[in-house]
Amino acid sequence: MNTLNKTLTCTVAALTFATALYASETDVLVINEEITIPTSAPAPEGSPLDKVISGWSFRKHETQALQMDDFDNPSFIFVDKASDQWTKVEGTEGKSCASCHEDVEAFKGLRTVLPRWNEAKSELYSMENYINDCRTERMGAEPWKWSKGKMTAMTALISLQSRGLPMSVKTDGPVEPAMKLGKELYYTRVGQLDMACSNCHEDNYGVMIRADHLSQGQINGFPTYRLKNSKLNSTHARFKGCMKNIRAKPFGQGSAEFKALELYVASRGNGLSVESPAVRN
Amino acid sequence: MRRISFAALSTVLISTSAFAAEVAPGDVSFDENGGVSASITSVAGDPVAGKAAFINRKQGNCLACHINDDASGQSFHGEVGPSLNGAASRWEEAQLRGIIVNSKLTFEGTIMPSFYRATNGARTMEKFAGKTILTAQQVEDVLAYLKTLKEE
Ligand code: HEC
Ligand code: HEC
Ligand code: HEC
Repeated sequence: MNTLNKTLTCTVAALTFATALYASETDVLVINEEITIPTSAPAPEGSPLDKVISGWSFRKHETQALQMDDFDNPSFIFVDKASDQWTKVEGTEGKSCASCHEDVEAFKGLRTVLPRWNEAKSELYSMENYINDCRTERMGAEPWKWSKGKMTAMTALISLQSRGLPMSVKTDGPVEPAMKLGKELYYTRVGQLDMACSNCHEDNYGVMIRADHLSQGQINGFPTYRLKNSKLNSTHARFKGCMKNIRAKPFGQGSAEFKALELYVASRGNGLSVESPAVRN
Repeated sequence: MRRISFAALSTVLISTSAFAAEVAPGDVSFDENGGVSASITSVAGDPVAGKAAFINRKQGNCLACHINDDASGQSFHGEVGPSLNGAASRWEEAQLRGIIVNSKLTFEGTIMPSFYRATNGARTMEKFAGKTILTAQQVEDVLAYLKTLKEE
């Protein structure tokens, strides 16, 4: 019984079958009829994949369409809220984000390099960490919860400034131990169902798993608005959901483990364009 | 089908007892191909209950990964694994039981979960810790159901 052959045959069959319902890699993501975003890219060095493909390519046409116009994309309700938040004075220092950062457009490109090593803190930093440092250390305000509404709205607003730019997280230097941990987590089977991220997102992308079309599990579209829960979802919340589905105890949102996994998964998608805030089912 | 009559017989025998004898997950014995020749309960498998467990998303959830035309009333059949149409014509009973109990011993490194195994993956949620995905009886029920999936 040649397992590999079987799986390959299945994958090919599923891809052929799926072309009618789902977009193929040749489908082009054009947003607002003006921003063309490539939805695949050559795989980065050392990648086990032939090429990297955005999760958008695996969604049904009607879900895809929602991401093709910012008026239809429900994420923008939250992005608008974050724009209001941007100028809102909070905390003991009497400051808003705008007091120091002026225009949010200055964050163009930031999303493509996160998570990254924060030298001053000697720690791997996700965007949420930077935002909360500003709130607690510079504004004298309460930190936001990792995946709660105000935080995901703000990360959406900041990530949007990088839309269309290729992901390019750094994988060497001080982040090497985190990369190693992230990779280990990606390939380790967990939970009662005893599966690893790779079993679904590397070995079986392009294939239907019950009602869902498996993607490569890329994070270039995060935070993403999900039709399932009608809100923006952080990367870590998505990781949590996938772990719970295989009946594994998730790591904490904002934990060293999930940040390491975020870095490793981001690195697997280096070269893919930022689509945040994307729409998924 | 000698085993069936044996199983039927044992059903009669144990019917006076409140408990059906079950082989514990750690005690199942496999042949060198990952097959399990002996039933793991003393109650014959029920194909109707087996179909229900096969479909149930919290039990077998077999449709997550397999097409099965016999369950065409259910929407969404996954394609991660091969179609199970005619599975009983391709596989012996012992092998089918082994595939359900612990598929990894038939298909090395498979994504298919092991439904009746003593150990779970790391970090299994408390709620499921120390538990098998299917009960011994459900394994025999699903097996009885699979055995009805014959080539036309
Ligand atoms: C049992 C299969 C399975 C496993 C194992 C699994 N996932 Fe998923 N994952 C899915 C499904 C189904 C979806 C929704 C469809 C899709 O995008 O693939 C999904 C979606 C995702 C997405 C969103 C992709 C997008 O474009 O919106 C990410 C990110 C992700 N998974 C990461 C992970 C990580 C990290 C792990 C390991 C901790 C993991 N998944 C384990 C099935 C799985
Ligand atoms: C009192 C001034 C001040 C306020 C108010 C402030 N920040 Fe900052 N922020 C900074 C400084 C200074 C840095 C740069 C720190 C560094 O380079 O290490 C920074 C860094 C950041 C970064 C990382 C940028 C990068 O390129 O590394 C983000 C993201 C950020 N701030 C978001 C926010 C948000 C969102 C708010 C409002 C909730 C906010 N900041 C409020 C001063 C401020
Ligand atoms: C997560 C996906 C998944 C689930 C869930 C799953 N299987 Fe499988 N199954 C597979 C894969 C993949 C194979 C093929 C072996 C391989 O190549 O790894 C397989 C193979 C089989 C085979 C051999 C089929 C053949 O003709 O070659 C049988 C029988 C089978 N599975 C039965 C079941 C039953 C019964 C259930 C539910 C109790 C189930 N499977 C649940 C993925 C799955």
